[in-house]
Amino acid sequence: MIELVSSQRCIGCDKCVHVCPTNVFDRGADGIPVIARQDDCQTCFMCEAYCPVDALFVAPTTHPQPADAPLRDESRLAGSDLLGSYRARIGWGRGRTPGARFAVGPELPGATPATPTTTTLTATAPADSATPTPHPKGTTQ
Amino acid sequence: MSSTAQSGPNTKHATPAPQTAPLSYEPDLTADVLVVGGGPAATWAAVKAAENGASVVLADKGYCGSSGATAAAGTGVWYVPPHPEDRAAAKASREALGGHLANHHWMDRVLDQTWHNVHELAEVSRYPFPVDAEGRQLRRGLQGPEYMRRMRLRVQRAGVRVLDHSPVLELLVDEDGSVAGAAGYRRQEDRPFRVRSGAVVLATGGCAFLSRALGCNVNTGDGYLMAAEAGAAMSGMEFSNAYAIAPKFTSVTKTAYYRYATFYHADGSVLEGAGSAKGRSVIARTLLSEGTVLCRLDQADEAARRAMRLGQANFFLPFDRLGIDPFTQMFPVTLLAEGTVRGTGGIRITGDDCRTEVPGLYAAGDAATRELICGGFTGGGSHNAAWAMSSGTWAGRGASSFARTLGEYTHHRALTPLGRAGLRPSGTTRGQAGDHRLVVEAVQREVLPYDKNYLREGARLTTALESLNDIWRELRHGLAGGGETTVRARQAAAMAATGRWMYTAALARTETRGMHKRADFPALDDPGQRRRLITGGLDELWTVPESAAPVHTTVAEAAAA
Repeated sequence: MIELVSSQRCIGCDKCVHVCPTNVFDRGADGIPVIARQDDCQTCFMCEAYCPVDALFVAPTTHPQPADAPLRDESRLAGSDLLGSYRARIGWGRGRTPGARFAVGPELPGATPATPTTTTLTATAPADSATPTPHPKGTTQ
Repeated sequence: MSSTAQSGPNTKHATPAPQTAPLSYEPDLTADVLVVGGGPAATWAAVKAAENGASVVLADKGYCGSSGATAAAGTGVWYVPPHPEDRAAAKASREALGGHLANHHWMDRVLDQTWHNVHELAEVSRYPFPVDAEGRQLRRGLQGPEYMRRMRLRVQRAGVRVLDHSPVLELLVDEDGSVAGAAGYRRQEDRPFRVRSGAVVLATGGCAFLSRALGCNVNTGDGYLMAAEAGAAMSGMEFSNAYAIAPKFTSVTKTAYYRYATFYHADGSVLEGAGSAKGRSVIARTLLSEGTVLCRLDQADEAARRAMRLGQANFFLPFDRLGIDPFTQMFPVTLLAEGTVRGTGGIRITGDDCRTEVPGLYAAGDAATRELICGGFTGGGSHNAAWAMSSGTWAGRGASSFARTLGEYTHHRALTPLGRAGLRPSGTTRGQAGDHRLVVEAVQREVLPYDKNYLREGARLTTALESLNDIWRELRHGLAGGGETTVRARQAAAMAATGRWMYTAALARTETRGMHKRADFPALDDPGQRRRLITGGLDELWTVPESAAPVHTTVAEAAAA
């Protein structure tokens, strides 16, 4: 569930208010969106994907984290590079290459191919394939 | 055929709607076509209706581009080159799994349409497909966020008016019972809205009963309920027991990657027979009896591990954020209900343009039955993605053509609102049935447990259906709301209705076919029950076989002919 809106990072663009499919956020009086209906959060990570400044963090659990949980600790999350990690993985943000460009999964074992394979699936992946390609020009942070 | 209270398939909304106090709609729009929903089927429908010359409004409960089962995930696509042998193999691969309820004509045209639409994704939307060593695009998969972001842009460039956070609550019909628009609620503006239209496309997704399966909590069966209130029927509702593997306490359902898994008891011993495909029921049984199933993706070699990260970035979010290495460490798993999102049941389609039994009403994507190409079984992605883009295309074109035939008459029709359960209760008693949260919990108790919906058995289904009927009677009498609460009440009512159609059909199908597995009827009854089941009704439920005779030829029969 959504656990963090970083007031330090937030630029008040309200993108998360718009894109959350289950309308979890309200606009805040001070410009910082408020997590108004956390229980409606479906843990889909879309708000993180759309946040241009990596100010949001969605804990992967479908129940709220306790107040003192590490997954609510902004400095710890920032230090462990978890803030903005989903957006980086899908390659969204200026200077990045879309992750879709490299999204070729493995041929699954024991699978009856749903479709016949007429080409060999060897996409040209970036060298460090676990973190698709920040462009040399750098990221938005 | 066993079913609850049979009253025949032609029971329409018999009672005239009560007149409600005049509302101030904002906006109060007119359009040739209203598309309800915001996922792949809805966006393709909107684009194709607009390209066909129609004025189009798209109203989504969430945000068109992020809401629904596709946007939050990634999906394979049933994208098969137009070579006869490739196409034949593609069709044959799932025929038996689906219990031979799919239809050749529909499979052929979905394969053709998908081929075309994926080409449009590459050329019009400039979707960044991966390329192989020779520079050829690999077009068999789509990353959800990227796909749906680009579909939203295309919808907007087509001139479609998009209403986000605008759940449609009910359909409006004219004097003849033709669908002529819809009314809803703009949750971020706290006001009702209305769209008068020549036709309506329901692309509202399936129903996953608020199970928190990835991206699926907007899919609460709203379109089914609205369609039924207008007189449409459902088909294939017994194929509604899809359950996906996810790390326990998380939302990320990507069952395919569990092909690399070994499953374990809590004590670390191997759980024999468990697997992501055929062995999923073993996992369900063990979760019921022991409470815990552990998992480790220890069958994946280094190359597979790398490819998995690239193929589905979001698969690793729970692991990375919880500090689990899924390849070397055991972690607990659960099964999350995906209902008809990855089941195949939905609104019955009665024509190639995805029309329903109700004039002016069209259905597409998971809201429509997917039996036409899948029969009684699908996994995630692949056929589902192909069906969404194909049926969306046809529904958009069909709806716009229908609207054109109405001419100037379109927006001068007297409109009657059809919403009942959760919107216009028959009584005034509130109590427990007046609280949508309690209704949702009560429905979930009947549709989520593995021993009721997944591992099906007649007596348990009967008991669960009786409970759901009680829930329905009470909510019909006393569930209502205002503003945002109305949205919640309608969702609760739609979930209750969906559960009742599911179990009515599941009881009527006294055999095991496709994903529908009956412990008390473990064998396939073929050809005896090789036909689709149509189900419908609101207060009184009914179910009938679509046709006593097989309605189509199978691959084998076609090949032999």
